[in-house]
Amino acid sequence: MNPQGWAEIVLTIAVTVGLAWPLGLYMARVWKGERTWLDPVLKPVERLIYAGCGVKPDAFAAKGGQGWLAYAMSFLAFSIASFVILYLTLRFQNLLPLNPQGFAGLSPDLAFNTSVSFITNTNWQAYVPETTLSTFSQMAGLTSHNFLSAAAGIALAAAVARAFAANRSENLGDFWVDLTRISLYILLPFSIVIALAYVALGEPQTLIANVTAHTLEGAKQTIALFPTASQEAIKQFGTNGGGIFNANSAHPFENPNAITNLIEIISMNVLSYACVVAFGRIVLAAKEARALVAVMAIFVLGASAAIYATETQRAPALAAAHADASVNMEGKEVRFGAPSTAVWAANTTGASDGGVNGMHDSFMPLGGGVAMFMIQLGEMLPGGVGSGLYGMVVMALIAVFVAGLMVGRTPEYLGKKVEAREIKYAMLAVLILPLAILGFSGVAAVLPVALKGLANPGAHGLSEILYAYSSATGNNGSAFAGLSANTPWWNTTLGIAMLLGRFAYAVPVLAIAGSLAAKPKLGATTGTFPTDGPLFIGLLIGVILIMGGLQFFPALALGPIVEHFQALHAVAAR
Amino acid sequence: MTMTSSVTARGAAGLGGSFSPAMLGRAARDAFVKLDPRKLLGNPVIFATEIVAILASISTVLAIKDHGAWGFALQIALWLWATVLFANFAESVAEGRGKAAADSLRATRVTTKAKLIVDPKTGTIVPTPAHQLGVGQIVLVEAGDVVPADGEIIEGVASVNEAAITGESAPVIRESGGDRSAVTGGTTVVSDWIKVRITSEAGATFLDRMIAMVEGADRRKTPNEIALAVLLAGLTLIFLIAVVTLLGLGAYSGVTLDPMVLGALFICLIPTTIGGLLSAVGIAGMDRLLKVNVLATSGRAVEAAGDVDTLLLDKTGTITFGNRMATELIAAPGVRPDMMLRATLLASLGDQTPEGRSILELGRNQGLVLEAPEGATVIPFSAMTRQSGLDAGPDGNGDRWRKGAVDAVLKDAGLAPGEAPAEFSAAVDRIARSGGTPLAVSENGVLFGVIHLKDVVKPNVKARFADLRRMGLRTVMITGDNPVTAAAIASEAGVDDFLAEATPEDKLRLIREEQGKGRLVAMCGDGANDAPALAQSDVGVAMQTGAQAAREAGNMVDLDSDPTKVIEIVEVGKQMLITRGALTTFSIANDVAKYFAIIPALFVVAMPALGALNVMHLASPKSAILSAVIFNALVIIALIPLALRGVKYRAIGAAKLLQRNLLVYGLGGIVAPFVGIKLIDLIVSNIGLV
Repeated sequence: MNPQGWAEIVLTIAVTVGLAWPLGLYMARVWKGERTWLDPVLKPVERLIYAGCGVKPDAFAAKGGQGWLAYAMSFLAFSIASFVILYLTLRFQNLLPLNPQGFAGLSPDLAFNTSVSFITNTNWQAYVPETTLSTFSQMAGLTSHNFLSAAAGIALAAAVARAFAANRSENLGDFWVDLTRISLYILLPFSIVIALAYVALGEPQTLIANVTAHTLEGAKQTIALFPTASQEAIKQFGTNGGGIFNANSAHPFENPNAITNLIEIISMNVLSYACVVAFGRIVLAAKEARALVAVMAIFVLGASAAIYATETQRAPALAAAHADASVNMEGKEVRFGAPSTAVWAANTTGASDGGVNGMHDSFMPLGGGVAMFMIQLGEMLPGGVGSGLYGMVVMALIAVFVAGLMVGRTPEYLGKKVEAREIKYAMLAVLILPLAILGFSGVAAVLPVALKGLANPGAHGLSEILYAYSSATGNNGSAFAGLSANTPWWNTTLGIAMLLGRFAYAVPVLAIAGSLAAKPKLGATTGTFPTDGPLFIGLLIGVILIMGGLQFFPALALGPIVEHFQALHAVAAR
Repeated sequence: MTMTSSVTARGAAGLGGSFSPAMLGRAARDAFVKLDPRKLLGNPVIFATEIVAILASISTVLAIKDHGAWGFALQIALWLWATVLFANFAESVAEGRGKAAADSLRATRVTTKAKLIVDPKTGTIVPTPAHQLGVGQIVLVEAGDVVPADGEIIEGVASVNEAAITGESAPVIRESGGDRSAVTGGTTVVSDWIKVRITSEAGATFLDRMIAMVEGADRRKTPNEIALAVLLAGLTLIFLIAVVTLLGLGAYSGVTLDPMVLGALFICLIPTTIGGLLSAVGIAGMDRLLKVNVLATSGRAVEAAGDVDTLLLDKTGTITFGNRMATELIAAPGVRPDMMLRATLLASLGDQTPEGRSILELGRNQGLVLEAPEGATVIPFSAMTRQSGLDAGPDGNGDRWRKGAVDAVLKDAGLAPGEAPAEFSAAVDRIARSGGTPLAVSENGVLFGVIHLKDVVKPNVKARFADLRRMGLRTVMITGDNPVTAAAIASEAGVDDFLAEATPEDKLRLIREEQGKGRLVAMCGDGANDAPALAQSDVGVAMQTGAQAAREAGNMVDLDSDPTKVIEIVEVGKQMLITRGALTTFSIANDVAKYFAIIPALFVVAMPALGALNVMHLASPKSAILSAVIFNALVIIALIPLALRGVKYRAIGAAKLLQRNLLVYGLGGIVAPFVGIKLIDLIVSNIGLV
């Protein structure tokens, strides 16, 4: 550990949060349907899309929006349609154009897993992309969902924001309009700019499949290229994380140098923070939004620090063997080093992104444990685009309810009373995480067909199982390498975990939004529970840790925690 | 003068007494009765605890049968049962006071025969058992008779002893017509007679409702309680998942998990503390109201009281004493102040009204007490002269002192309204503008000065309203006064707003308006014309002495008929919510320590490396688990007094209150079990329980 390392971590997070502010304010305009500086170019396109899809252009005006159920149904219908199309595309990619390498269609379970993975903004990849997917599947299939699944998540965030702003209204906006505007005005333009920057910084962007290189030893090497820069931009900006190469952002084409590394880290969190800022703008609660951002940033900072601390330890076994290893460099790119890998790991697991620039499997046990714990906390730190905001709002509602009674009033959050209905749906949503993560892990841990995929025995193997289900349920998509997940068992159960993590969480959230929107908007008084200061920040952190994280403690004790102590013991015993 | 101290001695009803050993004994017995699982279904946390206790008992019996090691299992099973019993006991104790009160109320039920008037023309009376009386029938109640059922006086006037209901033994006057025509079954007519038209069937009388209320017979969960129960059920499910999945995860890791220990872990993690105390907190809230002599028709009303945003307060009786009092004397130009004082006192010597007495009081405070001259004649107030006073001698001989309406006194002094001295007119204007009443004083037809009569604001109300404001409550004063007077009193009392020249319709409109903004409104009232507003308000406190319609419309009845009580009611409501939140926070925060006690104990045999997590250095895995279970059970008993008494309510603003309670119950909740479990572990391991 050194001052430069700490400075890198702190600055990266600070710059990300700083950039989120203007982006968030811009996003609020997009959510509200207000004019933006991109209107001259994009308004005609927007109109054309509405005309083509039969969406009424004024549907997002004050009247005529959707209630929560209609909004949820639109969201589900869109996701189901996306799934079917993507599944067919992957399954039959051999019959489709742009398949220069002549890859075969995907197996049913892999096509299921991959389709679910991309429509849920997870981007879990059970396959080696460069040897499995055709260019068409990559571009038309996956990249398009990198945009659309992200836009759908942000749309839900917009609906939640409107619910808090509403005063006895049913109207949460219009899903189709939100989806269109968010894609057009936010995801597309920024991705284009970022992609161009990546191209300038050396990432490939081409439809040529491979180049063949002759190495100095005389060996022939086939190097895959792909339109990498464009996919890389939305991969991070939309918290997707699915790399075009198996090594993800540790691959020199995806992440050639320190500058691209910085842009990638920033771009994978900035939109999630910006959703909170936009939320604050819409609800007229800038201070409260700032408190939520603070909670997110504190967690990311804490996790970065913890991982940095563990990854700059010497591995006990190496130390005992008097090996020259001052830092645990296993699984890390020399180009980036420990601090950059630590802050990336914290960001990607906190943000439901899942792109990696190092291998979490090779971290020290506690370092990998921290990354896993960030996912288990519910992907709201700052979480996926949109989903981070609504996850945090759910925890804020629970925090306000638990402690809020202590001021002697029925708790309110942002002018909305928190009552039985909200708590019911919030608990329903929160329940999904332990149910899917611990439930599937508990079964997989004793199932021979599942255990066949494990690369490591013992505690580390258990960590791989836990990490996989955490990653899937949290719609993160990063993997503890070491698990051979492309088997029917893993593809199917991880696919189900991803579906639960996305839809069994989002639908209750929309139900909460519907219930809140219908309530009167109350003004704050001196008797109102304050939700903007350090006290609330501390409370929310406590609630997230105790109510969102503690239930994973027994499982973590058997995985990374015991591995850590075993490593120390093994050395001590020697 | 104080209206709050009127009730001290509790009469036959004996509401809200303290705990007697007999009550605790009854509660202990009830705790076992409540073990019936069907009774626990409404409480998922305690229900789950009982299921695990049953399983642990079975497993203990099996161990004994198989001659296995059963000592540890037996202790765990017993402590799990203790957890359930302690929770039941908490509820029983809370119910105990209400039950005791209900018993004594039942004793006052009418068993004698009522005098039913079958023919109003002849007045023929047929003795009829009270429970056979129907609505609309007319009964005669004479001195010494008990009123057989609730009713409306249609004829006559009587003094009635209502001690059975209110505990106040001084009789009150009840008469036909107006707002004092309601009589309550179970009260006793002390003098005279009345004819009463029965307004409620047997079984639905005020007394019956009161019994049902204090007993909590139809206690339904309040909205907040429901929300909290949902949260607790959700947490129970989450921990069930966490514990059950450990079977698989443990099997993978080569850990054999004792089901007994898993059960213990599950019980320690689920929020048994708040689960066990939740209903006790609610019952205790109603009980605390009972202690201040307020009956709530439902826990919902008590909870709503804590949520109230706007408090409508009647000026008279609540904010001011209700009588105008002399506060200042201003002499006319050329009159010495001591002469003015003397004339004023002499003019008031015969005045027995509160205003008159307050003038004499003012003199006494300034060191002057006068006796009426020998042979003086008191001149009473008349609507004609609009003044009163004293003549030194009979028939208008001797000195004459008068006080009265300014224009009347001026006319007597031979002054046209415009001819009064400028200073005098200025003083009169100032008094009127400040909301007071000017009374002019004259001696022998010469204008001496003006008395300032003022609607005096009660001491302490200003501080009390400031407290309410800090807690986010808006106070609105309701008065029949003109806007000028109302504004003056409003500003003096420190209320946030006022409604002047208010009619009952205005009141109703104001309540609807406030509710339209999403605010909850509390008010009190006693007149029949208050009934619609009482029904519309979220917390409507009817005065027990008030009209029957008002008592039916409100969701609370104040047996002391003290309109300031509404402030206390709000505080009791807040206290109940605070207590619930504090115990929930405490209960959930407890989990941190319990994990650190049990998790290492669970795994350490198979994975010695995890011994490092035993940060409390508990003696052995078994003692660690037993200690956690014992702590979990004992903490319920330890917190019963807090649940019943309630967390102290402080009007220091939400932010400070939260900070304080988070520190005590949040941080305290994290730290306390570390200390508690360690101590229990020391005891358990030293006396060799495991």
